[in-house]
Amino acid sequence: MNKKALTQQIIFWTFRIMSIMVVIVLFAILYFITIRGAQAISWDFLTKSPEEGMVKGGIFPAIIGTLYLIVGSLIFAFPIGVFSGIYLNEYLKDGKLKSFIQLMTNNLAGVPSIVFGLFGMALFVNRLHFGDSILAGSLTLGLLVLPIIIRTTEESLKSVDDSYRLASYAMGATKLYTIKKVVLPLAFPNVITGIILSIGRVSGETAAILFTVAAYFLPKLPHSIFDQVMALPYHLYVLTTSGTNIEASRPVAYGTAFVLVFIVLVTNVIANLIRNYFNKKYKA
Amino acid sequence: MSQLETKNLNFYYGSSIALKNISMAMQKNSVTAFIGPSGCGKSTLLRLFNRMNDLIDGIKIEGEVLIEGNNIYAPKVNVEGLRKQVGMVFQKPNPFPKSIWENVAFGLKVNGIKSTSEINDRVELALKQSALWDEVKSILQRSALQLSGGQQQRLCIARALANEPSILLMDEPASALDPISTAKIEELIYELKEKFTIIIVTHSMQQAARVSDRTAFFYMGELVEYDETKTIFTNPSKERTTNYVTGRFG
Ligand SMILES: Nc1ncnc2c1ncn2[C@@H]1O[C@H](COP(=O)(O)OP(=O)(O)OP(=O)(O)O)[C@@H](O)[C@H]1O
Ligand SMILES: [Mg+2]
Repeated sequence: MNKKALTQQIIFWTFRIMSIMVVIVLFAILYFITIRGAQAISWDFLTKSPEEGMVKGGIFPAIIGTLYLIVGSLIFAFPIGVFSGIYLNEYLKDGKLKSFIQLMTNNLAGVPSIVFGLFGMALFVNRLHFGDSILAGSLTLGLLVLPIIIRTTEESLKSVDDSYRLASYAMGATKLYTIKKVVLPLAFPNVITGIILSIGRVSGETAAILFTVAAYFLPKLPHSIFDQVMALPYHLYVLTTSGTNIEASRPVAYGTAFVLVFIVLVTNVIANLIRNYFNKKYKA
Repeated sequence: MSQLETKNLNFYYGSSIALKNISMAMQKNSVTAFIGPSGCGKSTLLRLFNRMNDLIDGIKIEGEVLIEGNNIYAPKVNVEGLRKQVGMVFQKPNPFPKSIWENVAFGLKVNGIKSTSEINDRVELALKQSALWDEVKSILQRSALQLSGGQQQRLCIARALANEPSILLMDEPASALDPISTAKIEELIYELKEKFTIIIVTHSMQQAARVSDRTAFFYMGELVEYDETKTIFTNPSKERTTNYVTGRFG
């Protein structure tokens, strides 16, 4: 083998090993969680409330709580994020205002989630008197994922070739019609990516819900958006740090982690199916 | 009255002038070719006829563009309505990544036509007019992106025709195509002029000579000479034109 081909081989294998490592780490986490968590899973575990100081029973209220928070935060963040993304990419001309908004969006994305939690508590819980509630928690989580949705929407719109916009305008379509019927359908599969990322973020978030919605122990289900809920990540945190009998609650903790990872994976798969469906529908 | 006319038209991108004092008239059901070296303003002028330049920031227009005697830059003109009347085909084929049928139906839906049977009829008519019907009638639901480049360009022509425009603007419509597809487009232009007034920008002298009735030669934003195509190619009155059409510069 000559020297050039050898270098090629080395570079190729370096890249390959690096990417394999990522896969290995992911599988290691999944394996670890599954080995320890799967045995805790049972029908009762998924459908019952915690019992006996949380070492027995199930995590049903936390599962429901997390699902509520995912849906609740997306109800706020999705429309606002998508409309902002559309405004930024389709309406706002390049200039100071646009750079400023983009800079602020990026800064917002960099704010630690505990700060969002504090802000949410100050504004939604106290100032607006929502109390510790699904509403306050969803709004706080919504703010947290807003920059993700804005940015992915903006990027997806930017990746739509301008020649399609021009073709649409040249046919006598208005700007709004062009966005609705030409640009958005093409960008939509990628917009979904923003939702996938947001769901992952919301379902795993602990700090932002700590002071805004999460209940330590609440065996009953919420009746309104002004009720508190349990949530999987917070429940996991409680089980591993402050339970009455930490050792005894380990299996429940791993079971909780398993369910949390499972929810995130399932939503990712669903979102990917939606994305592929739309990709197929619009591409050759 | 001419179908399309410009009067003392100046056009600026920001502070740089791109078209200088253009006055010319185009007759109904004729093919006019715009020729001239790169950057002389052919596309700019073409885009003035359907107000696509409006989409560019910092432009300035002086003078008039008249379609059937009406100034299309008058304040109350409906730009969308104008663009339905003045169709455009771009240099690079740009069908939407949708089905063949949906591409041709696009303009009809923009116009708010709901009846499927009417849309179907007009899609068929437009595809026949663009000489594509026989090739695609059995695959109307297939993605337009699966067509060849030449077919895609004829689909774009069909898409424009479905709006039933009176004027059709074509900016180097065959420059991205192979000789056979190019010949088909040229044949098509010849047939279409019975119904439409066509303006075509081209870099090919042969193409201009083959398809057009009149030819306009532009140089650095000015209309140097505008006459019968035969005259432009055999007996032009300006030396610049002679040099260009004989390939001595440009
Ligand atoms: N969007 C724009 N912004 C600023 N200047 C432009 C823009 N489009 C074109 N120009 C300038 O206007 C002049 C005319 O350009 P135009 O595209 O009309 O030329 P053309 O004759 O079509 O050239 P080609 O044969 O290369 O297509 C050129 O100097 C070009 O650089
Ligand atoms: Mg051009």
